[in-house]
Amino acid sequence: MAFERILMKHVDVPNSTSLSVYKSDGGYEGAAKALQMKAEQVVELVKEANVRGRGGAGFPAGLKWSFLPAERDVTYLCVNADESEPPTFCNRVLMETDPHMLLEGILIAGYATRTTVAYIYMRGEFIEQFHIMQKAIDEAYEAGYLGKNILGSGYDLDCYIHRGAGAYICGEETGLIESLEGKRGWPRIKPPFPAVEGAFRKPTVVNNVETLACLPHIITRGVEWWQSLGPEGSFGPKMYCVSGPVNKPGCYEGPMGISVRDLIYADEFGGGMRDGKKVKAVLPGGFSMGVLRGDLFPKAPDGTVDPAQDYDELDARLDFDDVRRYGLLGLGTAAAVVVAEDTDIRDVLANVARFFAMESCGQCTQCREGSSWMYKMAQRIRGGAGRIADLDVLVEVTQNMGMMPGESICGLSDGAAWPIRTIVQKFRKEFEQHISAQAPDAAAEWIRRVNPAAYGLPIAQGRAEVMPGGTFYRPDSEPDTVEA
Amino acid sequence: MAWRTIDRTKVSPEEMGPGLSAAVREKIQAFFPRYPTKQAALIPALHIIQDALGYISLQAMEDVAELLELHPSQVMDVVSFYSMFWTHPRGKKTIMLCRSLSCELMGGKNVRDALVEKLGIKEHETTDDGEWSFMTEECLAACEHAPCMLINEKLHKCVRVEDLNRILSDPDNDKLEMPRSDLFDAPRTAQT
Ligand SMILES: Cc1cc2nc3c(=O)[nH]c(=O)nc-3n(C[C@H](O)[C@H](O)[C@H](O)COP(=O)(O)O)c2cc1C
Ligand code: SF4
Ligand code: FES
Repeated sequence: MAFERILMKHVDVPNSTSLSVYKSDGGYEGAAKALQMKAEQVVELVKEANVRGRGGAGFPAGLKWSFLPAERDVTYLCVNADESEPPTFCNRVLMETDPHMLLEGILIAGYATRTTVAYIYMRGEFIEQFHIMQKAIDEAYEAGYLGKNILGSGYDLDCYIHRGAGAYICGEETGLIESLEGKRGWPRIKPPFPAVEGAFRKPTVVNNVETLACLPHIITRGVEWWQSLGPEGSFGPKMYCVSGPVNKPGCYEGPMGISVRDLIYADEFGGGMRDGKKVKAVLPGGFSMGVLRGDLFPKAPDGTVDPAQDYDELDARLDFDDVRRYGLLGLGTAAAVVVAEDTDIRDVLANVARFFAMESCGQCTQCREGSSWMYKMAQRIRGGAGRIADLDVLVEVTQNMGMMPGESICGLSDGAAWPIRTIVQKFRKEFEQHISAQAPDAAAEWIRRVNPAAYGLPIAQGRAEVMPGGTFYRPDSEPDTVEA
Repeated sequence: MAWRTIDRTKVSPEEMGPGLSAAVREKIQAFFPRYPTKQAALIPALHIIQDALGYISLQAMEDVAELLELHPSQVMDVVSFYSMFWTHPRGKKTIMLCRSLSCELMGGKNVRDALVEKLGIKEHETTDDGEWSFMTEECLAACEHAPCMLINEKLHKCVRVEDLNRILSDPDNDKLEMPRSDLFDAPRTAQT
């Protein structure tokens, strides 16, 4: 498959962050062309191409822009470079190697939406990337691609980097806006959507880095080129990330809709598993989207394998729709982490559960309490003191949190529910095996250890007794100890 | 999430810590034109303060609140939300180790255990000689280099337990050699 790299075309080019290298093969031509069109025409073009957002939700960018009210003086563009979803790093690679491609995309999107100021919200841990981007912005100002009267079109655009400070939730668009305003990154209740009332109460567009980086190429190469890549409904090139015990972890570009198997095994992507191990599980879209089984998945309740209907799930294609057939929430960030056969699934569960327990912003009860409750259960299961009932409770908790049951402000709790539910459901047999191999009183013993107050209480009376009160994660305490 | 309350009548001057120098104030004020409100400059300001002082002291919170026309509690509200801001002094170099899944699968736990043993400190603590502080973070978005850790601003990739002695003893292990913007220029200037 000869695929022409577009978004990553400069990855191996020396000095690719400089303006001269970027301009040497057509850089800023898309912007120049867009600035000669009418703003509405650019919006129409992006709408026609059906550019779906790369940030996770897959919302069409052109449509989002058209929600902006017609009468407005000030519009803000927030570039979502928060990239905190484990294990995603494609935006980092893009900004590291081709900052001007992002700036050109910002210019095009800014022009189309009549943006006055663009803020790049970059996560605080990106320090090298900050300096690269800032240098590129300085260069762009000097060359007249930012600032006043850009390329003689009469259009003005300012662009600033706003550094975050280590909070996953600031990737959520309204959390990002709150954080930009100098507050806690607490997502807002929607509506009003940011397009109507966003940053500083003004109409605001939030777009992902990769979404914006696609724009110059759509303008120069046209809608037909864009739609020639990928399956219906999920057009375009995509940057995939693969990490974990594969031979070549990294970020790779391909058309939308490659299969998970290709991403792991194909030579141009992950290059196979390390030491020839088998795949146990894959989280193919970042944590939030759920898990796929990498080994044969017996559908029969007794675990017998029927070759006619049992299959592993690695044939899932990474586009916006196909992954849903496998019980995933969506494409997410198309960043796969591969879990090898010799990894204990209990560790994976505990790691995923911890992430959401730590990163929940705490506004909605079911998300704050549910995620830390699930983490405690996951810790207990990992510590060899689980109960079969915990598996049911885990699933029950996941079914009662999130925007889909209508209980939360933002999508983090759906993102917490999905991986935990799919891990527990798809690997239930393995969990049950571990639990039945425990000592019979392990669960009771655990409770006596972590919550002396519960000592002597019968544990089967209800859930309240087995949940140590007032405990929270402290990294070096395993198991949890009671805090005053 | 963390909430803190403070009885202001009982805080001693030592506990208040250092305040903002004129240079830091000037640097923060340079951010004002970027935003329609002064409050929006708060997170950049906190980065600048942490670069200068090493952490965000109570006095600094009061000073920056005055500068940005906020209530001090609004500043503490923000400081306590973001995991990168420290409310107590740090060592010269802060190790931020990734604890997320890719890094864990590639041996991050062993690195953590080895680090904790070598430094003899727990998370969010500082060694007695004031050299090292240690914390773990969720994914640093460098998973292809798992397991990885940041020392101040430099990312160390594919860290193995055997490498730790070499990395820790290298005097330049926290320096980023690249053209840099002076908007946020530390923690080079920290702890002078
Ligand atoms: C909890 C949560 C975290 C998110 N984190 C990110 C992120 O780190 N980067 C990102 O681009 N989008 C993230 N998103 C998605 C954004 O809310 C938003 O959909 C996206 O930035 C829109 O850009 P797009 O239309 O270009 O995809 C997150 C969403 C949620 C609910
Ligand atoms: S769902 Fe969770 S992260 Fe989102 S606003 Fe509610 S508490 Fe915060
Ligand atoms: S999992 Fe460690 S950097 Fe992403």
